[in-house]
Amino acid sequence: MNPASSTHGTVKERADIALNDDFLRNAVRFTTDRLRSGKKVASTEHGNWEEWRERGRQIRLHTIAHLDYYLNLFVENARSNGVHVHFADNAVEATDIVMTIARQKEAQSVIKSKSMVSEEVHINQALELSGIEAIESDLGEYIIQLAGEGPSHIVIPAIHKNRYQIAELLSEDAGETLEPDTTILAGYVRRKLRQKFLEADIGMTGCNFAIAETGSMVLFENEGNARMVTTVPKTQITLMGMERIVPSWADLEVMATLLPRSATGQRLTMYMSGITGPKRTVDADGPEEMHIIIVDNGRSQQLGDPEFQELLNCIRCGACLNVCPVYRQIGGHSYGGTYSGPIGAVLTPALNKNVAEWDDIAGASSLCGACYEACPVKIPLHDMLVSLRRRKVERGHGDKLEALGMKGFATLMANSKRFALAMRLGKIAQKPFVHNSGIHLKLGPLKGWNTYRVAPTLASHSFRDQWKELSAETAAQPKTIDPAVRQRMEQVLADRQHSKSTSRTGGESHE
Amino acid sequence: MKVSLFITCLSDAIYPKVGEAMVRLLAAHGIQLDFPPVQTCCGQPSYNSGYWDETRTAARTILKAFQSSDFVVSPSGSCTYMIHHYPELFKDEPEYLALAHELESKTYEFTQFLVKVLGITDIGAAFPYKVTYHPSCHGSRLLGIKDEPIALLNHVQGLELVPLPFAEDCCGFGGTFAVKMADISGAMVTEKVDHIKETEAQVLVGLDMACLMNIAGNLRHRGEQVRVMHLAELLYEGVNIR
Repeated sequence: MNPASSTHGTVKERADIALNDDFLRNAVRFTTDRLRSGKKVASTEHGNWEEWRERGRQIRLHTIAHLDYYLNLFVENARSNGVHVHFADNAVEATDIVMTIARQKEAQSVIKSKSMVSEEVHINQALELSGIEAIESDLGEYIIQLAGEGPSHIVIPAIHKNRYQIAELLSEDAGETLEPDTTILAGYVRRKLRQKFLEADIGMTGCNFAIAETGSMVLFENEGNARMVTTVPKTQITLMGMERIVPSWADLEVMATLLPRSATGQRLTMYMSGITGPKRTVDADGPEEMHIIIVDNGRSQQLGDPEFQELLNCIRCGACLNVCPVYRQIGGHSYGGTYSGPIGAVLTPALNKNVAEWDDIAGASSLCGACYEACPVKIPLHDMLVSLRRRKVERGHGDKLEALGMKGFATLMANSKRFALAMRLGKIAQKPFVHNSGIHLKLGPLKGWNTYRVAPTLASHSFRDQWKELSAETAAQPKTIDPAVRQRMEQVLADRQHSKSTSRTGGESHE
Repeated sequence: MKVSLFITCLSDAIYPKVGEAMVRLLAAHGIQLDFPPVQTCCGQPSYNSGYWDETRTAARTILKAFQSSDFVVSPSGSCTYMIHHYPELFKDEPEYLALAHELESKTYEFTQFLVKVLGITDIGAAFPYKVTYHPSCHGSRLLGIKDEPIALLNHVQGLELVPLPFAEDCCGFGGTFAVKMADISGAMVTEKVDHIKETEAQVLVGLDMACLMNIAGNLRHRGEQVRVMHLAELLYEGVNIR
């Protein structure tokens, strides 16, 4: 397995590998640039993007708040459509259910369309251990399967590879040299997969949305492979996260507007399939038997948690990855889990009960908020990252040295006289290290900073030390305020007073 | 009306010229700033790292400092946004909670105050240089400060504003992130400076000294001559040039 896709070590160690891989960084930049500018164009062209975003958020908030009701409704309807519905509490249960069905069907081969849940529960490994062939039919997934890696992006799993690397992998698979030309490479995979589709006993899919009112499942894709997976094999197994529900087809319209535009900048994906039960006698094609496995795997723990419940609103568009300046530098495998980028940095620890070994990913963010701004359902990922860091500290998993530093910070900042004294002492202490009014020392906390920068020095006179003189000087020649400006200020004060008396908390923001 | 300066610990200790520029610019418009000396730091370093008890200790000095102010003005969008976390931080301390709500409603970032409150977009400055602008994340995304600095810059005589490629991308500062994840942060600031160089601007202007400290540090490390200024400094110097 590629070291960069290993879950071993710390996020810092994994990021170091990626930071030294120019192929990876260039490939990630190239594709995320294309995706984020595509999204910008598509959302601007839409015209009422912010309103639809808010509508999407409201639909997700409502659905998750009443998830028990809508899940029940979905299951009842799906069962009456002839679907076998199963529940899996965790990854092991999910794979066990799949294995049981596969054994019943005496399956030799499973063909899959792209599914992040199947990656999350590691279904391929389980199938292969039992001697059942599992083939990914999404081009990107096929590539990383050949490479023995996990996805490094939610939507574009092989985003970290350039076409030369892909040509190498596919040439090895083909047993002949394939030119690094996208048409040739895609043509090879298409021919190869055609045979696999015809041979497969089971088609396995994920689920973008599940429609409660009719018990249907909906898939968005561009390659047509998911449609093949859901029409050719006799048995279909769909793995879905328990939060994939939307109440109605009308709600799906909002999601169908938000998801492709946010993911790839498309108005709609090339294919959108809605599947309501197995093949009926009047149908020309479709599976004879259909199973839906509803996977919890840590999701229900977020229900009722005020800081993390909104995590379940995610529609897996990947927009937060495409705008993330950290993801841009380190790619997806550095995050160590199935899900990468800002959503992965929160989702992975959250689904894993915030266990200590995952907590360090929350530190790999500058908290710039680009993820929140890009999110089509406005999940406040930047706040969740801070919540994860706080919980880690509260549970005593914090770094001892950092905790000491923060105690020192609080002692210093508790009192302005102490802070002023520290600034004066700091000026003396920095003297031996100052060179051309900068500090170049690469020691202690300055080591990392000064590897890339020159640190500034404390000012010879702090602002507070200059204040007396400065204020006396400006007060000596007072200017009169423009009456229009004064009036505006008075109006702001009056408005504030008004909103204070009308709102009970008096805490309305001026935004 | 009492308009108070929330200097921020960084500008107090390292960049006092930014505070001086704000004081002198506003004084020229008849607004004499007040400076309550009990203020220390907004507490953002400890807040973002998850140490909220320590944050409250620092934040109390800010809440006390500005109790009697009508307006509070700060040279940082990030520190201004930190005030918006105070109601959550003090939700179990009713006395401070009331102060927190009040402070949130009366605190403005410098350009917000000039443009949105005072209605001033032309400060009467001239600055005959090629300038590019880096919008800091917290100010632009979380406080929504997008048009204000552009309006101010567009009114500066002789100033050529050149767009910064990937302007909205974070510079990589992120407080303790720059120390804890030094190599990721280093890669981010390196890319930011690459884009600044592409503009061939003589001056980089911004609204947050923490981000500007980060960018200026990398520029200097690479021997680049681009001058880095807070918009208040640029405007103040521009008034004197004129």
